[in-house]
Amino acid sequence: MVDTSTATVTESDTDRGRRPRSRGRVPGEAGIWILVLSDMAVFAAFFGVFLVVRIGQPQVFAASRTQLEVPLGLVDTIVLLTSSLLVALAVRRVRAGRRAFAGRLLVAAAAGGVVFLALKVTEYSIVIGEGHAPSSNDFFLYYFVLTGIHLTHVLIGLGGLAIARSAVRRPVPSPDLGRTVENAASFWHMVDLLWIVLFALFYLVA
Amino acid sequence: MTAALLKDRLALVWAGLVIATIVSVLVGHDHAALGQAGAVIVLVIALVKARYVGLEFMELRTAPRVLRGLFEAWCLVVAAMVVVLFLVGS
Repeated sequence: MVDTSTATVTESDTDRGRRPRSRGRVPGEAGIWILVLSDMAVFAAFFGVFLVVRIGQPQVFAASRTQLEVPLGLVDTIVLLTSSLLVALAVRRVRAGRRAFAGRLLVAAAAGGVVFLALKVTEYSIVIGEGHAPSSNDFFLYYFVLTGIHLTHVLIGLGGLAIARSAVRRPVPSPDLGRTVENAASFWHMVDLLWIVLFALFYLVA
Repeated sequence: MTAALLKDRLALVWAGLVIATIVSVLVGHDHAALGQAGAVIVLVIALVKARYVGLEFMELRTAPRVLRGLFEAWCLVVAAMVVVLFLVGS
């Protein structure tokens, strides 16, 4: 595995006669990017299927969309964006050797994820309370399935943040600490990014 | 110094993303008045936001060309796909 965690990578690449400019620096490990890009490809297909299903019934989708809680979706988005910012700041703090501060940022970011989960549970109970279910129509079927799959990713992402935090808190940091935190961060940012598209598609456009 | 700049940059990106989100909701709210153009604006803003999350928060701006290229291609393809499929279905 190529060490991507320090700036010395560029030096060794230059030594080997490669073009350092075209190489850049991979945040985290290659494996996490295979996972992130595959997940993004799957969600791209979901977005496509949702809009293809809409083609025969735009009125049904438009009427169903207005039943969703846009203010809750807006708060969801801002919570995830803020949580993402905190994780990005934590990555910087780890690099600066400020592990205690990074740990606190990761806890605050995870708290944002928990708030998102709580808001989603609230939203589902409101939507279901209004008599909508996955069986109501295609819009609600895809709404529940896709936001549900996204919610599973939020849970996985929270697990990643917990792993990152325990790595940051170890008295003697592992040499892989930077990459461990970057892996969790990359996944968490993907969760944020996919929600941004879901929010636009389901709450604002369909 | 560099760390402070980076931090400021991240905070600026965050502020820009929050403002873009609020603009999206306002445009989405006036969907009926703006018609299909409003929906297309909302979709394009969403994919531009996603791109900034990738380039700045995920640090893909400084990633190897292949990785950054794959990510930017995703943003472009998804943007084109959702806009075209939305218009076809309306």
